[in-house]
Amino acid sequence: MSKLLLVSSPFVRDERNTPQLMRDVIGSLVPILIMSMWVFGVIALLMVAVTGATAVVTERLVTSKRSLHDGSALLTGLLLGFVLPPGLPLWMGALGSAFAVGLGKAAFGGLGANIFNPALLGRAFLQAAFPEAMTTWVAPQMGFWQLPERSLAWPLMGSHVDGISAATPLGGFKFQGLTTDLSEMVVGTTAGSLGETATWLLVLCGLWLALRKAFDWRLPVSTLFSVALLSWVLHATVPERCADPMTMLGSGGLMFAAVFMVTDPVTTPVTAKGMWLFGFGTGVLVVLIRSFGGLPEGVMYAVLLMNAVTPWINRFTQPRVFGGLA
Amino acid sequence: MVLIASAPTFSHGVHPADQKARSATEPIGRMPFVREYSVPLRQHIGAASEPIVAVGDIVQRGQLIAKRASFVSTNQHAPVTGRVKAIETRPHPSGVSVRAIVIESDPFSSQQMGASGPRSDQALADSVSDAGIVGMGGAAFPAHVKLSVPEGRTVDTLLMNGCECEPYLTCDHRIMLEHPTAVLEGTAMIQTALGAKASVIGVEQNKSDAADVLRAASKGSVSVAQVAVKYPQGAEKMLIKAVLGREVPVGKLPLDVGVVVHNVGTAFAVHEAVRLGKPLIERVVTVSGPAVSQPRNLWVPIGTPICDLLAFVGLDQLDQYIVISGGPMMGQAQKNLQAPVVKGMSGILVFPAAHQATKEYPCIRCGRCLDACPMFLNPTRLWLLTRNRDIEALNQHHVQACFECGSCSYVCPSHIPLVHAIRMGKKLVREAQV
Ligand code: SF4
Ligand code: SF4
Repeated sequence: MSKLLLVSSPFVRDERNTPQLMRDVIGSLVPILIMSMWVFGVIALLMVAVTGATAVVTERLVTSKRSLHDGSALLTGLLLGFVLPPGLPLWMGALGSAFAVGLGKAAFGGLGANIFNPALLGRAFLQAAFPEAMTTWVAPQMGFWQLPERSLAWPLMGSHVDGISAATPLGGFKFQGLTTDLSEMVVGTTAGSLGETATWLLVLCGLWLALRKAFDWRLPVSTLFSVALLSWVLHATVPERCADPMTMLGSGGLMFAAVFMVTDPVTTPVTAKGMWLFGFGTGVLVVLIRSFGGLPEGVMYAVLLMNAVTPWINRFTQPRVFGGLA
Repeated sequence: MVLIASAPTFSHGVHPADQKARSATEPIGRMPFVREYSVPLRQHIGAASEPIVAVGDIVQRGQLIAKRASFVSTNQHAPVTGRVKAIETRPHPSGVSVRAIVIESDPFSSQQMGASGPRSDQALADSVSDAGIVGMGGAAFPAHVKLSVPEGRTVDTLLMNGCECEPYLTCDHRIMLEHPTAVLEGTAMIQTALGAKASVIGVEQNKSDAADVLRAASKGSVSVAQVAVKYPQGAEKMLIKAVLGREVPVGKLPLDVGVVVHNVGTAFAVHEAVRLGKPLIERVVTVSGPAVSQPRNLWVPIGTPICDLLAFVGLDQLDQYIVISGGPMMGQAQKNLQAPVVKGMSGILVFPAAHQATKEYPCIRCGRCLDACPMFLNPTRLWLLTRNRDIEALNQHHVQACFECGSCSYVCPSHIPLVHAIRMGKKLVREAQV
């Protein structure tokens, strides 16, 4: 009898588990990588490989426990790669990835303990350190094997801008008053970060992940909804500052962030009300920064700002206990 | 989920696979008599019963062997005819050893019950108390306590619980199907005793055959409410919310919203006690689980050792198995299979060991546990507060409102033993109060 196993209830469990959720998200990045290679060529693969590998190595170096197999470090690295501009020197990508995992994640105490989305924190770090390189965009479809010379530059050398630089749809709108064809933004043949241009594919991946219950649908839905709503109002009022809702939804890093950044469970609220608030807040900030800020794009700052207030949102959106006072 | 679930229910909760098809069509059979029985003096909430027999006494099946010690306590009866072998501490399914009356059955006895006859002449609460009936749904609260309405209170609705929301269990389902008239008569008796205006039987939609049978037999005297299949639909507060739309205030009882909830199995036992004078000496137990090839529903005498019950269904090599009393969501793993079947035991489930081989991951703050909690608590926070032993915050977050349904642990993708931790948290708070 002594060999009976003593465990505590419940003895049945939902099938979804954390490593599996991570694997789902990582899996959904594969088609995005393929698309990105079609648009930007082999540099997409190189960049994502470098940031992914750096993330895994960094985690192995900075954490004593072997927490690798939960897949979260790899995911952070991959996500960072996809939000970097094509043609960014690879060593900068590696640096950003090391920063994201080493400081953005491990320093907070590993998976689950970090306040800020580590991939976006890595990107913010790169933006602060290399503002020029981070805002130089190459035109899409320059040829598959075309490698901008600076991509392979040695650290701290020759990050001068070469090749043909192009304007992102949002940059074009902000600085030149240009509008980009909606169909190009949907297909993805515009300038932009590696993973963010193909809106149609991002929407599909998002739907698949939502069906797999890999994330909470309330986060992306509330984000996109508030972007659409606010830009609809603002576009009607100040059309020269705020683009129309479709452009807002289809351009820049919004769709990528809606699927992969605001859905990060760790850095977003746990309460249902909090999730709605987080999404609405992010959407509002995105539209405001894009329309009235100095930069054409504001998704990264919007998400990071909302990350910062998430503990506070959690505190003030505790559910009312069943049978408690209203 | 909200869109599909048209039947009334409560908010939140989880949808474990119900696994009931394994035993739902198995008519209730009988567990044969075995050699030895151990009747614990505590198999209910409240004070331990006081033995009124001595070692060496010959007892007859159905004979009173221990008396209730106070109002919240129960009588115990001999499950078999035989000889009192010992009154001593014995293993108990709760895991703590408890004093029990051990009876060695008489192999030559016909196992007839002593004649006692119907008991319609006395108050229902007295008959039920005499018969030693407890709530049959699992909580094992002495049933007579919930048959008398305290001074100054009124009960408008008697709610009968036929949800059986725990996966695998089918004993209530079978009782409703096989004995609808007894369930309905028992219900009517309880309703009269409580002076309730109406009685409603709540049945989950996966047992619509039982609902139909009850409806047909009741001819409208009792209403049958079908509720959505969702765990923990059978929790009193959740059932009241689903059927009557009332929310029992935190820390209060169903009585505070004019409702009393009894289990359908209890109604059956009440009927037996009143009409036949039969005390509670046996109950229906579902024996099932992935490791049981032929799941059964069985009438099992109280006191039957679990190992004998399992041997009867063909399981005797139980190394490296998990044996659970009750359902898989709230049940308890057994450490000693000499422990007996008790009055509140609705099932014995056997799981292979590999089943539980799960690794714990860090909390990813996904919020699934909050969405699962039927009490609208914040399980991940309670887990953290328990680890920090923060009594004050635990109280602020209503840790005591947790009724340990296990929904939070069920959904957690990181396999964090949330309910286990919260149980400790409740204990911390209780200890701090004394
Ligand atoms: S906190 Fe308690 S009541 Fe809520 S889901 Fe967990 S076990 Fe159930
Ligand atoms: S379900 Fe588990 S991982 Fe998700 S918030 Fe709750 S405790 Fe954390």
